[in-house]
Amino acid sequence: MSGRLETTFETLRKKKQKALIAYLMAGDPGLAETEQLVLALEEAGADIIELGVPFSDPIADGPVIQQAAERALKSGTSLRKILASVKSLRQRTEIPIVLMLYYNSIHAMGCEEFCKTASTAGVDGLIVPDMPPDEAGPLKKPADAAGLPLIFLLAPTSTTDRRKLVAKESHGFVYYVSLTGITGSKLSNVGDIQDNIKKLRKVSGSPVAVGFGVATPEDAARVSKIADGVIVGSAIVKRIASHQQDSAMISHVAEFVRSLKLAMATNHLAP
Amino acid sequence: MPMLPDSHGRFGSYGGRYVPETLMPALLELEAEYAKAKKDRRFQTDLAYYLKQYVGRPTSLYRADRLTKKFGGAKIYLKREDLCHTGAHKINNAIGQVLLAMRMKKRRIIAETGAGQHGVATATAAAMFGLECEVYMGTEDMQRQALNVFRMRLLGATVTGVDAGSRTLKDAISEAMRDWTTNVRTTHYILGSVLGAHPYPMMIRDFQAIIGKEARKQILAAEGRLPDYLVACVGGGSNSIGLFHAFLRDPKVKMIGVEAGGLGIESGKHAARFSGGKTGVLQGTMTYLLQDENGQINLTHSVSAGLDYAAVGPEHSLYHDQGRIEYTSATDAEALSAFDLLAREEGIVPALESAHAIAEVVKLAPKLRKSQLIIANLSGRGDKDVQQVAKMRGVEL
Repeated sequence: MSGRLETTFETLRKKKQKALIAYLMAGDPGLAETEQLVLALEEAGADIIELGVPFSDPIADGPVIQQAAERALKSGTSLRKILASVKSLRQRTEIPIVLMLYYNSIHAMGCEEFCKTASTAGVDGLIVPDMPPDEAGPLKKPADAAGLPLIFLLAPTSTTDRRKLVAKESHGFVYYVSLTGITGSKLSNVGDIQDNIKKLRKVSGSPVAVGFGVATPEDAARVSKIADGVIVGSAIVKRIASHQQDSAMISHVAEFVRSLKLAMATNHLAP
Repeated sequence: MPMLPDSHGRFGSYGGRYVPETLMPALLELEAEYAKAKKDRRFQTDLAYYLKQYVGRPTSLYRADRLTKKFGGAKIYLKREDLCHTGAHKINNAIGQVLLAMRMKKRRIIAETGAGQHGVATATAAAMFGLECEVYMGTEDMQRQALNVFRMRLLGATVTGVDAGSRTLKDAISEAMRDWTTNVRTTHYILGSVLGAHPYPMMIRDFQAIIGKEARKQILAAEGRLPDYLVACVGGGSNSIGLFHAFLRDPKVKMIGVEAGGLGIESGKHAARFSGGKTGVLQGTMTYLLQDENGQINLTHSVSAGLDYAAVGPEHSLYHDQGRIEYTSATDAEALSAFDLLAREEGIVPALESAHAIAEVVKLAPKLRKSQLIIANLSGRGDKDVQQVAKMRGVEL
């Protein structure tokens, strides 16, 4: 099966480009804005959208994304409404959309029903930050049946055994967490990231996307040299937060994403 | 009865390890190190030494004659964990885990705290071994437990307020997990109750199981037989599992766990996970949770900060489903009235958490025969709550 995610990485690879993966907290400030943002960011150069599902207790996230989740919950966002939004977006765009959501959101809906609904809506993959491969059992079967890749995270602390396990279980891409910490921290040494990606590539044929701590066009350019995809989350969410009441919010955020993509592209043209 | 948890950290379908990948290696390391320590005579000797000479174990099993007489029913015994150094059972676990941290050469300790008892116990153990210590506490809890905040600072710990969500225990745990995720290479996280990812629920239960081991010996010595009922309050569930564990294989010993009924179950403002909770995953473990239909965690309420939490230890969830332990609740008002009762009848001011267990004894004892025996766990002393209770009654101190 060749899904939107796979096609995107393949197309970019042929063009010698890297994927810019833009994170949005669904429902911040509202789902209507999220839909507009998805389309605007695609137009600005994002290759893949990672859509966060707000959870009351996001243990892997720093303050920026925590607060975005609080705003999204206040605006009445729920997983079912987000899936309906994705379905509606699918009439307007083919950009790959992966969901990042905590396990309890899936468990509350039921693994089977969730996978069916998400797949029908047009979701292209799942990132569950509090579900390591060891706990993926109940979700794996329905996700496979629905053709939804489970994307697992690998961390700088991961041992050789863990690296092999994540490489084996992760589909679509491997999400390499650039730093020992939570989302929105400061990017660590790119040399260390590169070493770990090299080790990962020995055991995995999947594309590798790097996230956590990529905040500026310069960061994105540096990371795009060594990975297949660059994930930018908190830096985007922060801009949405500071323009909440601003009619030009969407164009501000799109402008930032454009600058990220430009830095990544320029980087590749450079010798 | 099989050994619980299984090798995946499961108590039946509960428990497990739902954490970010960054923490997985640390949890595996902790599990391996704990398995080694458990078999290491030196570790066990050290632990026994500190529990005896520093904590003051064994704690007494006190026959509460006036309370017994007042109800005219079962004979009531109190397991006096309030007599432990720092005033609660929490130190049993804190000492055990600090010894483990030293084995793993981790010189920085972090902890979360609700009522402040676990924070004080951890700050104490860290001070005794010369380790750096940071304690996360919800700002709402910092207000109602101001005395314990000051105690932790006296002990050299940094107390960091958490101003997110409900500003209580749950949010403190999330923040401690984030710190641990960031500093995992140098830091050991001392979780305070039988919660979180494997091996914590198992390890903390083992460290607290000394309560029941002692109580079993003591009641056999005093009465020549096992008790009919064990009663303990259940927040995360460490003092209760600590008392109950040594009796689980005695089918005649009935066990009652008392959750926080807050303003009453029907009000929705409570922390009684087994009255209206559903299974789900919070902070690393699969267990009963108070949550809405979308899986968002509900705000909880209890007069007692130590019971004010939306999840319960996974082992309790299993015993709940099996019917091995009966779970009930006591309201804020019932707990406050038990708080007064124990102070006046027995000269013991209990922690508001423990007062929930006493509130159940008040209901249970009169229904039983004089020949029957109850052991209630007095998990902590109430000094920390005096200020809050005075404030609630409009008394200026």
